[in-house]
Amino acid sequence: MAEPVILCRDLWKIYGPEPTKFLARHDSKPTPEQFEQSGHIGAVQDVNLDVQPGEILVIMGLSGSGKSTIVRCLSRLIEPTHGQVIFQGTDLLKATEKEMIEIRRHKMGMVFQNFALLPHRTVIDNVAFPLEVQGVDRAKRHERALEIIELVGLKGREKYYPRELSGGQQQRVGIARSLAVEPDVWFLDEPFSALDPLIRREMQDEFLRLQNLLHKTIIFITHDFDETVRLADRIAIMYEGRIVQLGTAEELVTKPATDYVRAFTRDIPKAKLLTVASVMGPADGNHSDGPAVSDDQLIGDVAGLVVGHDRPVTVRNGSGSVVGSLTRKQVVDALFANGS
Amino acid sequence: MTGTALPELSPAGQQSAWFRLRWPLVAALGVVLLILFRGTLPGWAITPPDLWTTSLPLPFLIFGDGFFPAPTIKGSSVADWFNGIVGVLREHEIFGLFTFRDVTRGIAGLIVWPLEFSEDLLISGFSDWGIPPIPWVVTTALAGILGWYLRGWGLGLLAATCIAYCAVFGKWELAMTTLSLVLVTAPIAILIGLALGVLALKSRRFERALWPVLNLMQSLPHFGYLIPIVVFVGLGHKAGAIATILFALPPMAKITIVGLRGVSEEVLEAGIMAGCTRRQMLWRVRIPAARPTLMVGVNQVIMQCLAMVVISAFIGARGLGIDLLFRLQTLQLGRALESGIAIVLMAIALDRLSQALSEKEPVHRQDGPFWSVQPYLTAAGLAAATGILLAYLVPEAGQLPREMTVTLAPQWDLVIRGVVSALYEPLSFIREYLPPYVLIPIRTFFEQLPWTVFLGAVGLCGWVLGGWRLAALVGAYIGFIVLSGWWTEAMVTTYLVFVAVVICTIFGFPVGVWASRRDRRTRVVAFLCDTFQTFPSFIYLIPVVMLFQVGTISQIMAIVVYASIPVIRYTYVGLRAVPHSMVEAAVSSGCTPSQILWKVRMPLAFPEIMLGVNQTIMFGLFMVMIAGFIGGNFDLAREIFKAKAQNDAGLGLLLALCVAFLGLTADRLISAWASRRKAQLGLT
Repeated sequence: MAEPVILCRDLWKIYGPEPTKFLARHDSKPTPEQFEQSGHIGAVQDVNLDVQPGEILVIMGLSGSGKSTIVRCLSRLIEPTHGQVIFQGTDLLKATEKEMIEIRRHKMGMVFQNFALLPHRTVIDNVAFPLEVQGVDRAKRHERALEIIELVGLKGREKYYPRELSGGQQQRVGIARSLAVEPDVWFLDEPFSALDPLIRREMQDEFLRLQNLLHKTIIFITHDFDETVRLADRIAIMYEGRIVQLGTAEELVTKPATDYVRAFTRDIPKAKLLTVASVMGPADGNHSDGPAVSDDQLIGDVAGLVVGHDRPVTVRNGSGSVVGSLTRKQVVDALFANGS
Repeated sequence: MTGTALPELSPAGQQSAWFRLRWPLVAALGVVLLILFRGTLPGWAITPPDLWTTSLPLPFLIFGDGFFPAPTIKGSSVADWFNGIVGVLREHEIFGLFTFRDVTRGIAGLIVWPLEFSEDLLISGFSDWGIPPIPWVVTTALAGILGWYLRGWGLGLLAATCIAYCAVFGKWELAMTTLSLVLVTAPIAILIGLALGVLALKSRRFERALWPVLNLMQSLPHFGYLIPIVVFVGLGHKAGAIATILFALPPMAKITIVGLRGVSEEVLEAGIMAGCTRRQMLWRVRIPAARPTLMVGVNQVIMQCLAMVVISAFIGARGLGIDLLFRLQTLQLGRALESGIAIVLMAIALDRLSQALSEKEPVHRQDGPFWSVQPYLTAAGLAAATGILLAYLVPEAGQLPREMTVTLAPQWDLVIRGVVSALYEPLSFIREYLPPYVLIPIRTFFEQLPWTVFLGAVGLCGWVLGGWRLAALVGAYIGFIVLSGWWTEAMVTTYLVFVAVVICTIFGFPVGVWASRRDRRTRVVAFLCDTFQTFPSFIYLIPVVMLFQVGTISQIMAIVVYASIPVIRYTYVGLRAVPHSMVEAAVSSGCTPSQILWKVRMPLAFPEIMLGVNQTIMFGLFMVMIAGFIGGNFDLAREIFKAKAQNDAGLGLLLALCVAFLGLTADRLISAWASRRKAQLGLT
């Protein structure tokens, strides 16, 4: 594996009367009872995480699970109580205010749930804002801003004010602003949650299109599992401040680490998630005749074929050799069994 | 995560209200008994003895021998003590060079520059360079274009009409003097308020110290500012300006703090993530993002400035105020009314314009030639050019000569005489029955109320509503008044305000209820309340003097007219703000409209209505002081006018503090009750 862009070790964020002392007193392993007794709340507890270059890591959990707090600890919008956040080799928690400002100005971009646009600035001035505070001159920053505005599909709206735009358009401005400085890492905090479902879907497509062009390292926060499945390379599931499982969507469904993850993933449409490889059985030796499917195809795409066929269907890998077989029962179980 | 259990019902919670309130009830009974048998109380417990108020063990003022000498204190009352401080500030020379008063006078001197500039611009012209003032037609047109730009042609027409009225009715110089006072003082008050708010944002400690000072400043009556200003700045126009700035800045400071703290967390985070430094955060993110709230403050400051500029006539500020004051004192009611209308029109124009400014949302511009991108600037330029040219050709367009102005004063006098004689009979019952059957008994009650009982009752209310802290606070307020030496006068003031507030409530509450019942009524009443609230309080003396001449009834009626607005407003706002779901629940339970009103809306709105009463008390205390010069009661207002006449700054400040503490006592008690009640009802 390449060196992670962000590496975070033993990260804690505790709210309460004396968080640091509390954590030290319990040897960095306080129990839920100890939290309750002392009046502390563990918003982020003992989180270890690595973010690989160019990947989309989705952190997902219900509200109050600590996912927004994590992303704010990684960007140091919130000061963590304990732990390390190594960003491109430097420890962010040891950086001075000045150094943090430099890092944010050049290496980080963030998109917010409620857009967080500055209401008194036009689209172009909002997008150019991060450049403006760096002291980039007007002509240059407007040129760059126009480029990105065009990229996110808002050309012709440069002189509009945020309140004159729809929610989806406003978030496009938010996205453009976060990309203005060409950041190395891109934080998106529930960027599409405030939009209605149709627009949300459109924005997800837009987001994937942008990522295909830009190949950013992305940390994406959401509570929407469908969104997670559509966008994620890897998923971290959070529950009560802890990451309970970190893996691909398929791993979460096929090998849930806890009952919580199992319950969480139970109702997701598996047809679009599971590959043939994760469902198939061993090759049965009798594979020369009949149709064949590829092991990296999705179950949903081959189900019609397998179910309409009396005998097991041969599975071949990318190089054409036989790696297994797929029966009608295996397909039906995978699609309709409730995760057990 | 903490599992929140249902709050356990305390034993008291299951018992009847009577039982829960047993101690307060016993205490209340005690108060009533003490009042009934006040004869049994020793004399010192009824009125504070002179000995207490004139020989107080006040800390002797010594500021070391070098910098400050010990002031000479004539007596040992609070007023003397205040005057001791004032004396030091006035006479002692810092570094042997200048006194504190020199400093304040020096600072005040600076205000003369912008004042003269704006007066030259609007009224007299720059004689040194031979530049004439802006022609009145241009001023009128510019006001119109400003209104057009801010909201639309309707507002433009309104603003232009208000300005034109002043020219046509011969009030031009007076009105423009008043306007330039507002135009100079409001920006300064806004800037100081903004600066205080920014400092409070930076330092919690400063905020904690600032907030009570602002509260006190906001409950000081106008004269609390005017009298010390006379000592430290002198009489006259600029003193009025300084008093106005001081009077108008507290709301701006408060709104700045609230606004800057209220900027959405996400917007701030977006600023940080963009890499803003602290300074950039403040100037490029926080302040611009708080603009809508700050603009509400701007509107308030402008209206406060206008109100104070008018009242500053008492210390010699020129303009419409002094004209009105003179006409009222000489009972030229028609002329007074004409000046009053000018003030009212100016208030309406300033209020609507600044409100439109605060509500104005940015709109993107289309590309095109200059005149279509900037239609308002173009129009303003054109209007100025044509106006100046016109004034060059026709001098009347520059300055309307006196003989071309109109006055309706004789006609107004006729109208007033008609109205007064028509209302003489209907109102005679007020003149005949109110004093002997209502006013005198209540006054006697308040005058004879033992201070110990009053203090005890107030302390008890504080204790019941907010624990010993609140009891100590309100106790200290009342204690100050007891020791000030003006107990009886303070009680007469209390009596006047009490009667007025009761009348306000009797009148305002039903109006508020009535207004809340239909959308259209609410709109009409809201419009009237908004409009009347913008008028400087001084204006309300005109109709009162018309109908009741001078005396106690006038003083009370002036309060009633001015202070009814909050009760009405808070009543309909409170009743309408009841959550819709609760009303729907009541409807589906089969409530009749009147059951919904009395069983659902009223209990839920009651805390809000009480806050309206609270506001009415504050308004009442302000008005009781202003109306003091038509009242003729032996109250704090009379004393404060005397103090003003004698330039007794210490006494003036002391009396103003007594008024402020009366107001703060009521305010603290009612707010504590209302917020507790709202919390109980789950309305936060």
